[in-house]
Amino acid sequence: MRPPPLLDVRDLRRNFGSFAAVDGVTLSVQPGEVTALIGANGAGKTTFYNLISGRLRPTGGSIFYRGRDITGTPPHSITRMGIARSFQITNIFDQLRVIENVQVALVIRQGKGTRWWRRAARDEDLRLQAGELLERLGLSGLAMARAGTLSHGDKRLVELAIVLATDPQLVLLDEPTAGMTPEETHAVVDLIARLAETGPQTFFLTEHDMDVVFGLARRVFVMHRGRLLAEGSPDEIRANPEVRNAYLGEEVY
Amino acid sequence: MTGRGAARRVTLLALLAVLAAWPWLAPYFAIFLMTEILILGLFAASFNLLFGYTGLLSFGHAAYFGTGAYVAALLLRDMAPPFLAVLAAAAVGAAVVALVIGWFSVRLTEVYFAMLTLAFGMMVYALVHQWRGLTGGSDGVAGFPLTAPLPGVAVNIADPVNYYYLTLILVAVSAYVLHRITVSPFGLILRSLRENSERASFAGVPVRRYRLAAFVVSGLFSGLAGALFAPFNRIAVPEMAHWTQSAEPVLMTILGGSQYFFGPFLGAGVFLLLRQWITSYTQEWMFFLGVILAFLVVFLPRGLLGLFDRWLGGRS
Ligand SMILES: Nc1ncnc2c1ncn2[C@@H]1O[C@H](COP(=O)(O)OP(=O)(O)O)[C@@H](O)[C@H]1O
Ligand SMILES: [Mg+2]
Repeated sequence: MRPPPLLDVRDLRRNFGSFAAVDGVTLSVQPGEVTALIGANGAGKTTFYNLISGRLRPTGGSIFYRGRDITGTPPHSITRMGIARSFQITNIFDQLRVIENVQVALVIRQGKGTRWWRRAARDEDLRLQAGELLERLGLSGLAMARAGTLSHGDKRLVELAIVLATDPQLVLLDEPTAGMTPEETHAVVDLIARLAETGPQTFFLTEHDMDVVFGLARRVFVMHRGRLLAEGSPDEIRANPEVRNAYLGEEVY
Repeated sequence: MTGRGAARRVTLLALLAVLAAWPWLAPYFAIFLMTEILILGLFAASFNLLFGYTGLLSFGHAAYFGTGAYVAALLLRDMAPPFLAVLAAAAVGAAVVALVIGWFSVRLTEVYFAMLTLAFGMMVYALVHQWRGLTGGSDGVAGFPLTAPLPGVAVNIADPVNYYYLTLILVAVSAYVLHRITVSPFGLILRSLRENSERASFAGVPVRRYRLAAFVVSGLFSGLAGALFAPFNRIAVPEMAHWTQSAEPVLMTILGGSQYFFGPFLGAGVFLLLRQWITSYTQEWMFFLGVILAFLVVFLPRGLLGLFDRWLGGRS
């Protein structure tokens, strides 16, 4: 018997005008299982993540997280329940130092947001926990740099650090390797694999780089024009003729 | 880092020493000028907690400044409690007004937020102007006594030098508190909102609640500034709640540099000195102020402190 799902999405829909960007998707994510959502550009992957993370309200359907209906919950509450996300286009605090980027999430998680007198820089817990996280992501040397001055690859790591700092159980990564050099991609894939193996988090990522997906995921969902086309293990997906037709055939791979 | 920090501390101590000795150093009229700079500097710094740190541009801060001014003037006229109690009550009164206005305003951002704060500011002005029974309408509230700071502390604050020192102490303490706020965990959350409120909400920050908190704190200190301003002028008038009064902290902050904690104070100083100097030649001081501001926005978008920073070889 499988354990109860971490995330359970039922018949989720989202229209933009008369256009259905997400058109009745039902899927679930099991705890501890690296899961991927693939599909060509415009398939609806990002919209799907926007629905789960509370950035957009669904037109229909429902989202259950650990058995609880979270449909329509605002992003900050969803984050605090344990779902954190990264964005396809890097989304960090440019003018803050790298360590401060992480500490924003830590302050909230440690319930210190109302502390208005003590200096943040003198808070040992904040400093140590942020330091540890940066260490794990190989960003220690950049802790005091302004995040906006970093390379594209390092900025994506900063965003991953913010995501992990919220202490999530479910991590949604929207094309985590988008715009990275092959070396950076390789490093990030290794990192995610390592985190998935050691950490308490369950990773759910979208990609359109097939090598990334098939190297990382145990379970793959394929989206096509707002609908779920197939699901299975990477091998099953690779062998699925419908998927090959609808998606893999269109890609240079 | 430490070199910069030490240099900053020395500068600050030197500045405080000059301010402490000001009544001996400067001619009599300059005591009034410096009192006004301190009060409006505090007003601008309160505004900048919202603008420079939280990323919200308010065009209606005279509402809180004016509330502080009127609460202080009315309390002194009708009840004459100790002066520090007057200031505390005025600051709290302004914070309550900020809570109500902020509750609506933080639902919006950017130009919509600015417009809404402007609209609320106009309402407060209209209220102050029209409610003749309470506020005396356009005549304002005058003829109130200046009471002792605390019971048993028989300092005559009607003496300009004493009022200057009282202002200096209160502004210095307020600036210290505001500064502590900006470097606290709470302040870090505010800065994250300025940078990227979307990312902040996806890091777990309840954005509106923090914006409202910043709004109320900003209103509180603006009210304190207003409560120092009315007794300083011996009158509270509707102009203190007018939108032109709301423009002053905006201009001062941009002049000094919104990205620097002391930018608004420097901006207040330069603004009032310029006004003093230009109005001694011409009535058209607004025209010259406009020219100077246009120049600044185009060539020095980071304000005067941004310029110093560049001279000192700081950040680009
Ligand atoms: N805010 C929006 N308004 C209108 N159309 C949108 C919006 N967001 C996405 N879409 C459309 O929905 C479809 C799915 O987009 P998206 O979810 O970004 O796909 P993917 O992430 O798979 O590339 C696209 O056709 C896109 O143009
Ligand atoms: Mg996408």
